[in-house]
Amino acid sequence: MIYKRTLGESIFKGFNLCFMLLLCLVTLYPFIYIVFASLSNPAEIARFRGLLFYPQGFSLDAYKAVLENPMIVTGYRNTLFYVTAGTVINLIMTTLGAYALSRRNVYFKNWIMLIIVITMVFHGGLIPSFLLINNLGMLNTPWALLLPGAISSFNLIIMRTAFQGIPVSLEESARIDGANDWVIMMRIILPLSMPVIAVMILWYAVGHWNSYFSALIYLRDRELFPLQLVLREILISNSTDNMMTGAAAGDRLDIGITIKYATIIVSTLPILVLYPFLQKYFVHGVLIGALKE
Amino acid sequence: MPELEKKMQAAASTVPADSKWKIIKKDMIRNRYIYLMLLPVIAYYGLFHYAPMYGLLIAFKDYGIADGIMGSPWVGFAHFQNFFENHYFWRLIRNTLMINMYQLLIAFPAPIILALLLNELRSVLFKRVVQTISYLPHFISIVVVVGMIVDFAARDGLINNILGMFGAEPIAFLQEPGWFRPLYISSEVWQGIGWGSIIYLAAMSTIDPSLYDAARIDGAGRLKQTLNVTIPGIMPTIVVLLILNIGSMLSVGSEKIILMYNPLTYETADVISTYVYRKGILGADFGYSAAVGLFNSVISFILLTAANTVSKRVSENSLW
Repeated sequence: MIYKRTLGESIFKGFNLCFMLLLCLVTLYPFIYIVFASLSNPAEIARFRGLLFYPQGFSLDAYKAVLENPMIVTGYRNTLFYVTAGTVINLIMTTLGAYALSRRNVYFKNWIMLIIVITMVFHGGLIPSFLLINNLGMLNTPWALLLPGAISSFNLIIMRTAFQGIPVSLEESARIDGANDWVIMMRIILPLSMPVIAVMILWYAVGHWNSYFSALIYLRDRELFPLQLVLREILISNSTDNMMTGAAAGDRLDIGITIKYATIIVSTLPILVLYPFLQKYFVHGVLIGALKE
Repeated sequence: MPELEKKMQAAASTVPADSKWKIIKKDMIRNRYIYLMLLPVIAYYGLFHYAPMYGLLIAFKDYGIADGIMGSPWVGFAHFQNFFENHYFWRLIRNTLMINMYQLLIAFPAPIILALLLNELRSVLFKRVVQTISYLPHFISIVVVVGMIVDFAARDGLINNILGMFGAEPIAFLQEPGWFRPLYISSEVWQGIGWGSIIYLAAMSTIDPSLYDAARIDGAGRLKQTLNVTIPGIMPTIVVLLILNIGSMLSVGSEKIILMYNPLTYETADVISTYVYRKGILGADFGYSAAVGLFNSVISFILLTAANTVSKRVSENSLW
């Protein structure tokens, strides 16, 4: 290679390397700290000051307390339900819209697209949405978490673009064989669109898993709370009391600290475990959305 | 197939108007599955997006739940006037603008800088490892992220422990109004920098390699190549994302701020959208908070349009 490296570039290279290492450290260390702290002995971690490089003592009491907490258990169960049911609704609705709007000769297609795009810029806002849910009688029911976000317009557009990329000839030959649109969608378009469907499932599912705000607004009944709302109470409103009824008064404060860490791990574990496998799909989705439109 | 549509239009213009509807009707019967599929989608948008827009009428009414939107009496701009005269008005405007300015000056450029630096890494493996790690925080829920902030930034938390090793006095970050914005923005950067860089890296990968060769023959070093080839190459992407950011300026952040702030830090943390939440959802003052929310959306829309117009004039990049 003719290209020669100057002194300035060598310095930059060194700086860049340090920066990348620092970025990795800053990103990962909080998680590492939480893992070690959650496995520590509550009394020792309460007294500990400084950076943690291994668990202080060892105790699984915090995990036991978390897994025995009825609120965490119902929260987990509710979240699993919201993620599954919500994602199924999302997929059905988004696919229907994306398929119909990807056909070439549908009357009013451009008007319907306009109606959809407008909602990406304008929306009624928090209060009118809340009153609507109230008037529909969906307040304090799971429907309030499942229906209002049934379609993400952004995802609909991505999916429509993907459907439009499928060769028309496939569809035409099926039509000659007597297939109607329903059959074409189910037997031709969907099987050929598995990558984009995988991306949609992941985005919608992670969205449901992590969402807390609509539950905060629409749900009153603690039996319906998703995990994130339970987490909010434990992590931010500091109410670990109901988890420590068995512990002696002096130990309560101590174990409260490790319970927080254990709760973070228990609630984030599914995503942390799946993340390395799903990462390429997540990224793939961003690229579809970014490069085509 | 535009020809088909043209043909249909031509057919429609030569025959009386009512037969155009006949053609549509025939098409609807022939392609009934498509129109049936559209039905729930249109119903969804009508119910969950357009009905709330209609519901904004209550911003101009003295809304009572029992009376409904139509039955409540009009009050004109009284709610808006109340808001403008409220002594928190300027505080809300200031906080909203300040947080967004920090966002635009720090959180927005951060992923661009990361993408440029990642682009300079020669080792593909190392690059991939850094990227994988930097995306991770994007998938952690806001509740957990704020929970971590609350814990690490506490008086006896991790950050103070590290500062203490250098002899600093402990700071109660979450109780001090002066620390709210730095804490908020740095956590935004932490969570978004890696994920945000994906789109810029994608844009960089579409830059024609021959441009780099040409620059190198002209004697440009890596810095010059970055300034004259890479940055101009990703400029359209930067501009489009910037416009989108400006458009959503006033509405973003409320979910996180609601978790992060407390009465001690309202001074710097309370923004228009969190105020709407407190007044409307917690205080049930529906008409008034709908008016405040509408004010927020109108300003957002003006900002979006302005940013788009300026960018169209200056750089020929725009959303529409």
